[in-house]
This record gives sequence, C-alpha cells and structure tokens, in this order.
Amino acid sequence: MSTSYSFEFQQYGKLTIVHSVNACNLPQARHDIVVDIYERLPVPFGLVRFGVAPDHPEVKNVINTFTQTAHSERFYFHGNVNVGMDISVEELKEAYHAVVLSYGAEGNRSLAVSGEDLIGVFSARDFVGWYNGHPSNKELHPDLNCETVVILGQGNVALDIARVLLSPLDMLKKTDITQRALQTLAASRVRRVLMVGRRGPLQIAGTIKEVREMINLPGTKADLLPVDYDGIAEALNDLPRPRKRLTDKQAMGIRFLRSPVKVLPGADGKRVAGIRLAVKKLEGSGEGAQAIPTGHTEDLECGMVICSIGYKSLPIDPAVPFDPRRAIVQNNLGRVQGTAGLYCSGWLKRGPTGVIATTMNDSFDTARIILNDLEAGTLDMSIHKPGAQDITALLKARGVREVSFSEWEKINSEEVRRGEALGKPREKLLDVEEMLAVAWS
Amino acid sequence: MAVRACAGLLRSSSGFCSLNQTFRFQLNIRTFSTQPVCHSRSSSQSKVLLHFVNQNGMKTSVTGTEGESLLDVVVKKNVQIDGFGACEGTLSCSTCHLIFEDSMYDRMETMADDEMDMLDLAYGLTKTSRLGCQVTLQPWMDGMTVRVPQEVKDQRDVQETKSKQ
Repeated sequence: MSTSYSFEFQQYGKLTIVHSVNACNLPQARHDIVVDIYERLPVPFGLVRFGVAPDHPEVKNVINTFTQTAHSERFYFHGNVNVGMDISVEELKEAYHAVVLSYGAEGNRSLAVSGEDLIGVFSARDFVGWYNGHPSNKELHPDLNCETVVILGQGNVALDIARVLLSPLDMLKKTDITQRALQTLAASRVRRVLMVGRRGPLQIAGTIKEVREMINLPGTKADLLPVDYDGIAEALNDLPRPRKRLTDKQAMGIRFLRSPVKVLPGADGKRVAGIRLAVKKLEGSGEGAQAIPTGHTEDLECGMVICSIGYKSLPIDPAVPFDPRRAIVQNNLGRVQGTAGLYCSGWLKRGPTGVIATTMNDSFDTARIILNDLEAGTLDMSIHKPGAQDITALLKARGVREVSFSEWEKINSEEVRRGEALGKPREKLLDVEEMLAVAWS
Repeated sequence: MAVRACAGLLRSSSGFCSLNQTFRFQLNIRTFSTQPVCHSRSSSQSKVLLHFVNQNGMKTSVTGTEGESLLDVVVKKNVQIDGFGACEGTLSCSTCHLIFEDSMYDRMETMADDEMDMLDLAYGLTKTSRLGCQVTLQPWMDGMTVRVPQEVKDQRDVQETKSKQ
C-alpha cells in the first residue's frame, strides 16, 4: 500500500506527506501550504480499510476525520499512482519542497522453516487482506476444510484472525467482510484455532480488549493450559477468567513457549498436515525475557498455518536510504538521512507496531518536524516548485491516469449501495479494474 | 461488537466541526455509566466552566453544559487538540485521553473495563487519566482544569537515535 502525500506551498512549491492524518495538521497550521497524496490503489485509507477487523467498525470512524481533511481546498488525492514505478522519488523531490514517505510495511517477516511453501500456509497479511477485500488477495482461496488452524503469533492481528475464523456467521454477515470470505466461512469445518507463541503469558503482544473478545466469543470456549500460568497468578489479576461452556463446540486456544521448527506435509507432500514445535523455556522476565530451547519438540495436527509474526517495510526506490536490518528508511526523527527535503512517517519510520493512535501521534510529530524545518529555513522556500502540475503531466505521458478524491467517493457510494442490498455497511469492490471503471464513469 | 451496540445511543448535532461546517454523526456508547444522558439543548442544565491546558502550557477556557461529555465540549467548542476523538466516542481508541486534578479525579465514577482497556494504550498515562468521551460534565466540575497529555514517546525516540549515532 503505497501512499505518499505531497505538500505544496502556493508561492514556493510542494511537499509530499505520506500520512493522511499528518495532512490533517498541515493545511490548518499554515495557509500557504497545499498537500498532495499519491496512493498506489484507487482507494485511500490503507490499513484502516484493509487491516482493521470487519467486526471493529468503530475503529474505522477515523475515516470521517480523514475525509474532512480531504475536503480541504488545499488537499488533493492522487490514487492509482505507484511511486517507485510510475514516478520516482527523485522526480517528486524535484517537483516539491518536501516529500514524506509513509507507505507502511508491505512485506512479511519470514518464518524461515522448511515447509513454509506448502499449500495451506499463509501470511497473516494475506489472510486479513483476503477477508478485508484487498485486490492483491482476492485469489487466495484458503481451504477451510480442516478442523484445526494454527496461528503463529499472539498479537492483535493473530487474535483478529482467530476471532474471524470462529465468529458466529450471524455476527459477521452484518459487517463489511467480503461476500466471498463470508461464503468460505459458512462452509468452514474449522472448530479449533490455536495461537502459538515463543514466550510466556506475560509477553503476549495482544492487548487486553482483544483477549477479552476472544474469551467472550459466543459458541467458543477458551482453551488455556493451567500449567502455563504456574507462578504468575498475581500477574493475572487483570485477565478475565475463562469461562467453561460445555455446550461450546468450538475452541480458541493459546499455546506458550513454542516456536516452529518445521511445517509438516501430508501424504501428498504438497499440503500442510501439521507443525513441529520446539518447546522453549523462559529466561529473565518482563519485556526482555528470552525464550531458550529445551531440546524437546512436539507435533500438532492442523490443516492450515497462518504466520502472524510481524510485518516488514520494503524499499521502493534505490534513491532512498534503507536499513535492511531494521527494515525501515534510515532517518533521524523522520528526516531521511543524507538528503534534504525527504521525510518518513509511521511504520516506515519506526517499525511496524502500534495501533492507530500510535501512528497518528507519530504523524503529528512528523508534521511538527516539517513545520520546524520550514520556519528554520532548512526547507528552502525561495525556490519555485511546480508540484502536482508537473507530476500529473509526467504521469499522463506515461499513460497513467489518476483517481481524485471525488472519484474515490463514487467508488465509495457504489460499495455502500451494493452493501445495502446485502444488509452490510458496504460490499467492497475487489478488482482494481472495476474500481477504475466506477471512478471514471 | 454486539455487546456494545445494544447499549448505544445515536445522536446528531449540527455544527460539530467548525472546519467546514459539515454534519457529523456521533455514536455515543456508555456501557456501564449510571449517569443520565442529557440533551444539551435543555436550558435548565448548568453551565460548567472548563480550562484546557495544551502540551505547550497554553490555556483555553470554554463553557460546557451539564450532561455533555468532554469529547462533546472539545468538538463543539473547537478546542485545538491534535487528533482528538478519532473513534468518535466508541471506546475504540485513546485519542481523547485527558489528565485531571486529583480532587476532580477522585470524585469521578470508577472506570469500566472497556475504558480501562483503551486507556492502557494511551501515551503519557497518569494516575488521574481518563478518556474524555467517558467523562460527563457535572455541576461540581465547574472551574475544572484539564491537561492534554505529553507524548512520552518523543523522548524515547530522541534517546534511541542518539544511542545509534
């Protein structure tokens, strides 16, 4: 999801800002500023649209704030533009006073175990993208014809996936989950989801609200092993007690101190049938606790493995210094190292963790840094910069047509219209070609 | 989630956002509150004077109405706080995090689990922190000072980059 925002001074030129909330701040702060956003897809909002779980619609309310900003006279959305392919960062820097990259983290941390390529092994990002209607994942076709799914990872993404797999259909069918996913889930035979993590209960990455939702999910009992909690009873005062519901036919479980060694194939050698886990023990405590091997392993039978072990940013342009070890753009407080007028924000700047509020606050920080540089003269406003005019001309010459914010709103209306017929807030368009056809109709 | 939805109350007000005068629908969910929800148009409700202190120490004084939440006040009176109320009062974020004086905090009703879960994720959390969308104005809050939290992570970032150089 490539999103870059351009920020323009009417007298001087343009700045590119990458985060929509960032842009919220700048047009208000200075009236001689114009913001241009460049986004690869025809639709805006990134992970708020494609990452937030369908049963968390309130979290998506922030879209209203984004939309308000987008309606500002000095803000322009340029969808369907792939920065790094259709246009280079250098070309943007020539046309604008400042360019801000905040295209997030599109890649996945690799499991690096044998069997990772078997059919039935998915990255969390692809699985979430599938039920959230991301065009890149529409042909995923996960086979839910198995009884047990193992999710590696215990963060909020893992919890979301587990919850979607086991939620009663009555609840899901009123959300903006795609029809395709709904139909697959309706035919699902999955009855048990196990979330496997390297360390112990005190190191779990998921937050309390999501853990609560898991334990309270109708029709599903929580499958937690008492031995996992030996010696840390005091620390568990805040966690709700799992309620045993004998009539619950489904189970959502957590397994601690296990790390994947190998994904095991079935008889045909092509499809996943199980996973071999190394048993760990914890050394140290709190955030710094380390999981060390004990030498023992155990095998779990399962028909699907979903890797939810973290995202990773990818470099999109060789002109931008990238730190491959931390998988972020090299920067100091958002100022990209070694080059003036280039900034980064959000996950690309700090790494791919945190909720919307975290990234939003980070955007405001980036905006403040830019404003500081403007006032200090570090950004030279005396040079005239042509901005979107030049970029649009270049794109046109290359056969690229943009999608404006009002054209996105046509896509939006169409999705809402289709959703109404199905009793859902929207039915997302899955196909970029279809989005463009609606946008330019 | 179905649990929250059944306790919801849908309200609409005009002129919520002074940026471009758009109509804004706000979903106000109070799952465990025993405080009555009052319509702000009632003239018999008391006015409550509030002082908001932002991160730079600047003070803004506004008047709210008994029964409104602090989120309502910030929006209606256009108090300038970055990104305040992103989830529009549905207990899905922590952007309306505010810090209260001890004496005020102690008189407030205890927090429900839902609010605590979200507040846990807020920056600059203190012992007298609450989410503004869950605090309803009462007459005894007249003259109350409310602080916008500092962003602790700024300092951590500075430390991080310094140690890497």
